[in-house]
Amino acid sequence: MSDIKDLIKAINENITFIEGGECLEIQVPDKDWHDVASQLKNDDRLSFDVLTAVVGMDWKESLGVMYYLTSTKRGWDMLCVKVVCDDIKNPFIHSVSDLWKVALFQEREVYDFFGIKFINHPDMRRMFLRNDWVGHPLRKDYDASPEKNPIRLNDEINEDDTVSYVEDANGKVSKIAKKVFEADDYVVNFGPVHPSTHGVMRFRTAVDGEVIKKVDVVSGYIHRGIEKLTEGLTYPQILHFTDRMDYMSAHQNRHCLCMCIEKALGIEVPRRAQVIRVMMDELMRISSHLLSFGCTAMDLGATTAFFYGFREREQVLDIFDKTCGARMSMNYNVIGGVIADLHPDFQKDVKALLAIMPERLKEYHRVFSGNIIAKNRLKKVGMLSKEDAINYCITGPSGRGSNWSCDCRKVRPYSIYPELKFDEVLLDGCDSYARYMVRMLEIEQSCRILEQLVDNIPEGDIRALNVPKIIKLPAGHWYQQIEASRGTFGVYIESTGEKTPYRVHFQSPCFNLVGVMDLCCSGHMIADLVTIGAALDFVIPDIDR
Amino acid sequence: MEVNIKSMKREDFKDNEYIDKLVEELNATGANVVVGNLDKLINWGISNSLWPLCFGTSCCAIEFMSLGAARYDMARFGFEVARNSPRQADYIMVQGTIVHRMAPVMRRLYDQLAEPKYVIACGGCAVSGGPFKNSYCVLPGVDKILPVDVYIPGCPPRPEAFFYGLMQLQRKIRVQKFFGGVNRKEKREEFFAEHPEERGKID
Amino acid sequence: MFNFGTWTSAINEALLSVMPEWTAVLIECVVIGVLVLLTYTVLALFYILYERKLCAWFQCRLGPMRVGKWGLLQVFADMFKILIKELISLKGTDRFLFKLAPYLVITSSVVMLACLPWGNGLQIINFNIGIFFVLAVSSVGVLGILLAGWSSNNKYTLIGAMRSGAQMISYELSLGLAILTIIVFAGTMNINELVLEQNNGWFIFRGHIPAIIAFVIYVIAATAETNRGPFDLPEAEHELIAGYHTEYSGIHFGFFYLAEYLNLFIVSGIASLMFLGGWMPLHIPGWDGFNAVMNWIPSIVWFVGKSFFISFVIIWFKWTFPRVRIDQMLAFEWKYLMPIALCNLILMAVFVALGWHF
Repeated sequence: MSDIKDLIKAINENITFIEGGECLEIQVPDKDWHDVASQLKNDDRLSFDVLTAVVGMDWKESLGVMYYLTSTKRGWDMLCVKVVCDDIKNPFIHSVSDLWKVALFQEREVYDFFGIKFINHPDMRRMFLRNDWVGHPLRKDYDASPEKNPIRLNDEINEDDTVSYVEDANGKVSKIAKKVFEADDYVVNFGPVHPSTHGVMRFRTAVDGEVIKKVDVVSGYIHRGIEKLTEGLTYPQILHFTDRMDYMSAHQNRHCLCMCIEKALGIEVPRRAQVIRVMMDELMRISSHLLSFGCTAMDLGATTAFFYGFREREQVLDIFDKTCGARMSMNYNVIGGVIADLHPDFQKDVKALLAIMPERLKEYHRVFSGNIIAKNRLKKVGMLSKEDAINYCITGPSGRGSNWSCDCRKVRPYSIYPELKFDEVLLDGCDSYARYMVRMLEIEQSCRILEQLVDNIPEGDIRALNVPKIIKLPAGHWYQQIEASRGTFGVYIESTGEKTPYRVHFQSPCFNLVGVMDLCCSGHMIADLVTIGAALDFVIPDIDR
Repeated sequence: MEVNIKSMKREDFKDNEYIDKLVEELNATGANVVVGNLDKLINWGISNSLWPLCFGTSCCAIEFMSLGAARYDMARFGFEVARNSPRQADYIMVQGTIVHRMAPVMRRLYDQLAEPKYVIACGGCAVSGGPFKNSYCVLPGVDKILPVDVYIPGCPPRPEAFFYGLMQLQRKIRVQKFFGGVNRKEKREEFFAEHPEERGKID
Repeated sequence: MFNFGTWTSAINEALLSVMPEWTAVLIECVVIGVLVLLTYTVLALFYILYERKLCAWFQCRLGPMRVGKWGLLQVFADMFKILIKELISLKGTDRFLFKLAPYLVITSSVVMLACLPWGNGLQIINFNIGIFFVLAVSSVGVLGILLAGWSSNNKYTLIGAMRSGAQMISYELSLGLAILTIIVFAGTMNINELVLEQNNGWFIFRGHIPAIIAFVIYVIAATAETNRGPFDLPEAEHELIAGYHTEYSGIHFGFFYLAEYLNLFIVSGIASLMFLGGWMPLHIPGWDGFNAVMNWIPSIVWFVGKSFFISFVIIWFKWTFPRVRIDQMLAFEWKYLMPIALCNLILMAVFVALGWHF
């Protein structure tokens, strides 16, 4: 730890260290930020090669961005970099999108919410809101009156124009107009309502015959402003939003938010609750991967396989239904534990599920992925190298399909995962087939975890007894990560000691996944856009939040 | 566990045939035999062949997929021919939140549907904005931009609730008149006796 | 074996006895036309239900159950609904071609239906290039699809139509070669003679190895020709919304929908005619008792039964296989299917020349 501190100190004399945080934290002035960032990434002794989270901030008197960096080579310790910009009227920060490609989309999000313009970012358009939107909603001085932004029923004009801000040698920033597509591109529009975008996502695709030249992702058709909503609600009230972001990892997301709040409050969760949470997480993972299997099959036209996947998924949903009282949006985890005890049938049902799963997985392989057509459609399609996966921060099964060991349960263990025996599934195919197979193999590993736990659920409380009635987090900020069904899900909370959070940011894995669509699809055919999307398996409400 | 909703009695939930009864009553008071029977035939056709438009924004869409899957199997009612092209679909099930950016798209989709067309609002978000009602860019209910026929509450609604909503739509369709005209024949004088203020306004 | 020809000629004579020849022919034509259209509708409706039920059973579901007993009336409800649906006319389309396209598609499939031999003596026209005529007419359908895609002025429909054009033109080659193989064996293109030739055993048995290869090629090519999975690229639901008929509503869409199902019956009918004896019962030379029993089953049942069986196989494909990609599909045709079909044709010629068949 201390030698890293020394190394960082040696980069630039303007770096200041902030003490008292949960991880190493530095503040860098904007003018040095790009140099420092490239040192942090390229210095072999530091090698912070993963940009995990980009959190835009409004501290009222200044705006800024919190960057969470981590290193795959040196044991995943976090480094938090704070970059502040004092000019609220016309805020500029240097972009790091040339170093970490994941920042391409993340910085656009920050621009959309806070109006911070990134110098040298190639494409500074809004990410989630209409391009005629007035104001930047997550600013504290945002005017939310409906007169400013009424419900507009006129069609949005396709934005082929984009801008980029570049800095010359004297530090003068100028605006450059750019085009998204070339003048003679044949642009086919996929979405927002399209059967294979898995929700309301829009891909504007320049094609040459049937071959894709460029994919422009237009997001925000289900942007509900969850991060802004949380600022007006108390901590127990914000829990339910996590279930509705990535509804296929509802348990894990909520687990993450609860853990972050528990960490801030210093609450120890009883062991029984921990075990129940982990079991629910793994059941959720099985259900999510089954849905993913079904959707991949359906997008490839093998409709029957979809029904087979859903048959087993119903069985998982039954378990949720009995214990949590709902099939989806379970609202099960609460701060300090879980809301209700297990249903008496829980163990029996889980065992019944475990008994059939191995057989059913073989059946899926027979009916779908063993088929020569499916193999030809998935193999060598949507190649994503390990370097790109790290650079774009593609976590979860999609990252592990590119042989990147990024499973949060292994690399940054939490809860009771260190005690459990399971393997991190890694395949080196780097293609859609590998991503698909990782999911199938992960179902097996989840079953293995459940097998270890189903007979060993300890007795005890399901909720910590020392949770205060009115929850007030101490002043400070926390970042917590968890392995959700589709990758690393992160929660950032900043508190000023009030009943309501000052800022909550959800770092969703799907947002990064959709960022590689252009990279993966270019050079493939239109039909491959569908399979690549299915194999990356993003959930749109998780992207848009 | 007893469910308590203040304004609605528990027995009222079981009364699903009130629309059917209404139709019988209306027809009994005088529908043309030929047109009435043709109407019945057409309504039978429309109500039993409701093809949904594949449209979902969030969690409700996943429950809709469960509805199509083997356990619930909406094919039993003939609802399974989900069309992706709005020209060929009969109704939109608005599954999930509609936000400002989506609103014009949603409206356009509705305009693209071929008549006769219906709208079902599924889930809290489509009904009223649900948990996101206070957000800066969420529509407080899809009925702000579309005429909604049936509301299905829930977050997301259970598949049983979906079926209930769809069957309620079928019942509503059986009331409609394809060939126009009113449902009840009322003598002119009877009408004016009940509504004296209308005399002179209508000729 | 009962010959339906006795009935038809009796009706013809009765008509001729009371009116001049031209009126009799006119009346017969009208009656036959109405009968063909009726058969067309009933068959198409039956096929829609057949597929929906079958696919439900493949997928552990029940399928339509609520409308009528076992959902038998489901398709009628669909038909009423489609009939009264609004026909949307669009800005920016080529009005005339847009409206013409569905009629082209449906006409070509009605004409093909009219050529099929339904039973002993149940055939509308019998001329010496029958099977050639069927192949020629089937190409008109492609034209309809291309026009539909082009005139809609929509990018999806255009891609769908172009895919359809590429696919149909490619697979028509294999289809034609597979049929040609059998024509080489039978020595005739006359549909009636083709059936009668199979009196002593169906071609698939008599022609053994090359006939079986031709049959397999035919079934694959026919699946592609009818735009069904795994070759359903022109309307690939998850890529192109609804492919070439995205912009069609109401009965115009209904025409595409009906024609799609009826084409399935037609290709199955031609398969049963070319390989499985048409309406000819299963005869094994020498087993006279067995043959007599087989003859008890009416010829129309034989024909329809065989066609339904082959349709079942093609439906089975659709609900099992994922969709192929356009380049894979074309590579499969040009690199594998067509060379094999060509070699098979030569093989068959050799077999016929040397008399290596039954």
